[in-house]
Amino acid sequence: MIPAAFDYEVAESAEAAISLLAEHGDDAKLLAGGHSLIPMMRYRLATPSVLVDVGRLDDLRYIRAGNGTVSIGALTRHSELEHSAALAEACPLLASVAALVGDPAVRHRGTLGGTLAHADPASDLPAAVLALGGTIVAQGPGGSREIAASDFFTGYFESVLDADEMITEVRVPADRGGWNYQKFNRRAQDWAIVGVAVAGGGSGVSLVNMGSVPVRASGVEAALAGGASAAEAAAVAADGLEPPEDLNADAEYRSHLARVLTERALNAAGVA
Amino acid sequence: MTAVTLTVNGAERSLEVEPRTLLVHALRDELRLTGTNVGCDSSSCGACTVLVDGQSAKSCTMFAVQADGADITTIEGVADADGTLHPMQQAFHEHHALQCGYCTPGMVMAAISLVEEYPGLDEHGVRHGLEGNLCRCTGYQNIVDAVLAAAGSGGD
Repeated sequence: MIPAAFDYEVAESAEAAISLLAEHGDDAKLLAGGHSLIPMMRYRLATPSVLVDVGRLDDLRYIRAGNGTVSIGALTRHSELEHSAALAEACPLLASVAALVGDPAVRHRGTLGGTLAHADPASDLPAAVLALGGTIVAQGPGGSREIAASDFFTGYFESVLDADEMITEVRVPADRGGWNYQKFNRRAQDWAIVGVAVAGGGSGVSLVNMGSVPVRASGVEAALAGGASAAEAAAVAADGLEPPEDLNADAEYRSHLARVLTERALNAAGVA
Repeated sequence: MTAVTLTVNGAERSLEVEPRTLLVHALRDELRLTGTNVGCDSSSCGACTVLVDGQSAKSCTMFAVQADGADITTIEGVADADGTLHPMQQAFHEHHALQCGYCTPGMVMAAISLVEEYPGLDEHGVRHGLEGNLCRCTGYQNIVDAVLAAAGSGGD
């Protein structure tokens, strides 16, 4: 399982990476931690002809908390989120979810910007950013734009990012409200069969692996806002969704898991 | 071909690789350091675990070019020059933490990184922390015992 041949470019800055993307178009891919892209290249599910390595852009590895917001550089690694005292203080959900991604070796390499750009609906961190109402900052040839996480994901492994855009920063509101993350899987280190992220004492709820994108459980949020109990709100967690079916679970089982895990997550977040 | 310079087990090594050459293949096929094994080939099993700048990494899921300039430690580099085993190796020896031995180099490297990263590990922490390293002999109990012993003795 050797990847197809490609040309390798090291970007010395975000601007350089973007101009390389603009030059090579759809044939080029950004390489950050590589823990989603390299396995796909090994299976030849991805065969980019040019890889632009942004993994050395250490100026995009930071976590800054202040004024009610946490700003995180796109190249910040999962292990840095996991061990950041500033993040644990300002936004414990995100630090806690980062600690559940893959295994330690994966977390040493994988990046927050990378996992968002990869847009896998089964990944943990995109759902956490979604539940938190986060913002994704993307830089392109014409400058930067801010994209709400709720507008970012468009389909399996697809987002609104243009081919010549790069995520440079992720912003989440500081959130000390009740929070929890439930990740259900059968094998150690596996992706969630279903996951549920709760932020802000239930004001933000999102689901992992319950559709083609990370899903905001707006029905649950609305029910809670209307005075429903956790159990009543969780009962509508899977309403209107079309969860995927695979070896691990059919749609009915995933829907069941979404309801059960949502209630557990809400209870753990202090919502009765 | 792309020129890559790595510091491997303390020695600077320069080599020419195709960009698609995975770090594990550069170590095994170019530098003849065959202690690092290839297991699942898909970043699940951890047999290929090495330290990159002191932290565990799966060398099957990293291109050698990404490691340019990095400090790499493989299983060949953890014992002292006089043959004295690293405390983690010694603990694996004393606790018989291997059966066929195929996963062992990766287990030892992952465990060295784990006890460094998570001080005060308990049994659950060791089991959770080694989720990414599979032993198909299923000899996990003795591996966990060994890592706990090494962690307790300050073995890093």
